[in-house]
Amino acid sequence: MSLVDFFAQFGESSWSVGLHESQYAYSIIESVHVWTLAVFFGSILMVDLRLLGLTMRKVPVSEVASRLLPWTIGGFVVMVITGLLLFSAIPLRTYQNIFFRTKMILLLLAGLNIWLFHSGIYKKVSDWDFRSIPPKAARTAGGISLALWMCIIVSGRMIAYNWFDCDRQPQAAIINFLTSCDPSKAVPP
Amino acid sequence: MSLLSFFQWCYATDVGETIRNSTWLFPVIEAVHLLGFGLTAGSILLVEMRLLGAGISRQPVAELAKNAEPWMYGGIVVMFASGIPLFMSESMKAYYSLAFWVKMTCLLLALVYTFTLRRRVTQGDLVENRPGLARTLAVASLTLWFGVAWGGRWIGFS
Repeated sequence: MSLVDFFAQFGESSWSVGLHESQYAYSIIESVHVWTLAVFFGSILMVDLRLLGLTMRKVPVSEVASRLLPWTIGGFVVMVITGLLLFSAIPLRTYQNIFFRTKMILLLLAGLNIWLFHSGIYKKVSDWDFRSIPPKAARTAGGISLALWMCIIVSGRMIAYNWFDCDRQPQAAIINFLTSCDPSKAVPP
Repeated sequence: MSLLSFFQWCYATDVGETIRNSTWLFPVIEAVHLLGFGLTAGSILLVEMRLLGAGISRQPVAELAKNAEPWMYGGIVVMFASGIPLFMSESMKAYYSLAFWVKMTCLLLALVYTFTLRRRVTQGDLVENRPGLARTLAVASLTLWFGVAWGGRWIGFS
């Protein structure tokens, strides 16, 4: 069974249909997703700006990072839970959405960036903790993180638009390839 | 000029019309609006959390607020610069949307608070002298900003 078939089937389940057709549940989950974005992105943004030497220059980097980390993690957990719920309400369309796929790839890259930062320059943070402008490797990690999270927010917002959806044919062959769309099976809306 | 005719005028402007007629403009401006939201929220949260004793809580409030201030202003400027054209493109929808008016009410109160009382809270020693009051004001500020975000998101659902 392909993932397309699986999500098509899951989209027929009472859970998915119920959430999709609910009067308030979907909108409330969506609102919580946006609210939590403030906590999650807000806290990560401040850490990134500190790594770039653009704010809180007198506060040690490790203090900014460790004090805000619980908020970042808490925010991330809520983001994932609400995100999964939103996905489960419209599984097939979201799975095939080009912006959703872009977002997932960027999320993996953001995770990779965090891992590289923590296993690299951050291990020696005590050497540069009090520097108002951190070393280049740390600034690079902060800049990449900021750029990736901004792109993740933009691509997340774009999932709402159906320009490249499978049920809107004709699409360029490359689009149908990137969205795992078989135009011969696509049903017009 | 009544409020309704002002909204009608906004709707009829070239800016409003251009955005409505374009496939990409609204989504792109909307995405920038969301990024501005993240920046504004982050810089405000940092200070309000400090007032509540969370986050970067070992630094003086005044210093933290001073550090966050340019980013907060930057965020607010981005929000207005992107929000006004978005509004102009759908001002007639906004006029009849409860969520829009909830957002505007919360926004007005939040901005008035931010540019008046909040400065005294973050510059003075309210946290030491009246910790309860400082916390209450922080919660009130966060509630107003959450109302702005809620209203903003729900304009899209109506």
